[in-house]
Amino acid sequence: MSASANSHTSGAHGAGHGHDHGHAGGGSHATFRGYMTGFVLSVILTAIPFWLVMADVLGDNRTTSLVIMAFAVVQIIVHMIYFLHMDTKSEGGWTFLALIFTLTLVVITLIASLWVMYHLNANMMPMSGHDMQHHMPAAPSR
Amino acid sequence: MATLASKTQGLAETPSFHLEEDHHPEGSTMLGFWIYLMSDCLIFAVLFATYAVLGRNYAAGPSPKDLFELPLVALNTSMLLLSSITYGFAMLEMQRDRQAATLGWLAVTGLFGLGFVGIELYEFAHLIHEGATPQRSGFLSAFFTLVGTHGLHVSLGIIWLVVLMIQVRQRGLIAENQRRLMCLSMFWHFLDVIWIGVFTFVYLMGVLQ
Repeated sequence: MSASANSHTSGAHGAGHGHDHGHAGGGSHATFRGYMTGFVLSVILTAIPFWLVMADVLGDNRTTSLVIMAFAVVQIIVHMIYFLHMDTKSEGGWTFLALIFTLTLVVITLIASLWVMYHLNANMMPMSGHDMQHHMPAAPSR
Repeated sequence: MATLASKTQGLAETPSFHLEEDHHPEGSTMLGFWIYLMSDCLIFAVLFATYAVLGRNYAAGPSPKDLFELPLVALNTSMLLLSSITYGFAMLEMQRDRQAATLGWLAVTGLFGLGFVGIELYEFAHLIHEGATPQRSGFLSAFFTLVGTHGLHVSLGIIWLVVLMIQVRQRGLIAENQRRLMCLSMFWHFLDVIWIGVFTFVYLMGVLQ
């Protein structure tokens, strides 16, 4: 992806800048500017969803839900970059790879749970008449 | 490990920290801790999924709209966000090798963390007082499990923070303590990331329903 940047990093690494590397938290260097950028962005990205919900700005619950979820995703990315110093290069890309793998599992867990649990009736094996009679009264529990 | 490293060299040039264990003893700690955090992330994913499935089963009990007080949640969120930035300041002071300032910012972080846990405990006590206990409905079981697990993580993070402050006071900002502080830094910021999901998904969207 960015071979020159990578070779530069490993070059500095090899030249014995272990001290600097240790400070970096396994990634890019932490700076005051970076933390403040992340903080200001987080405050904005937190304040807007709370304002949208508490003042009921958009009027429509569905739209508001989608908008605040989008804000949450952006804020999580901001935290990852500015606070957790996530990038594609730290630890030779292994942290990023672990993150991608975890995100895949998280998405499967969330979406599949919702999909399975909210479509239980449709996804069940067809039942015999006897089972139907036995189970139907209990089905509309909600 | 060496064959694995050489295989992936085409993708992203793998540094040789696997092979230079003696040169870089702390090199793999951060990666290991990151993988622990990812496994923790999966715990929360399961709890979020549970909440998503059970979150509307009120059993004729109170709904999120009846229970949640958003101003309190906003205060709680700001506590955690402020603790994140103060921990960042502690890390910056650690980089400059200033022990007193590092300890000072760590103490401020701990106080914000205590504020967060305190407000959360107050909220829980308030809910339980109103009869909205974990055994009241599926929604409340899932709510207390998810938010409680997060609160437990923050509480343990505060204990870890105090232990590290004692260690830094006793031994100074030696390499081992710096490594430990960086692990706690990741843990602390990670909890803030989880909280983004909690306040968006549980509180804000709960009130919207």
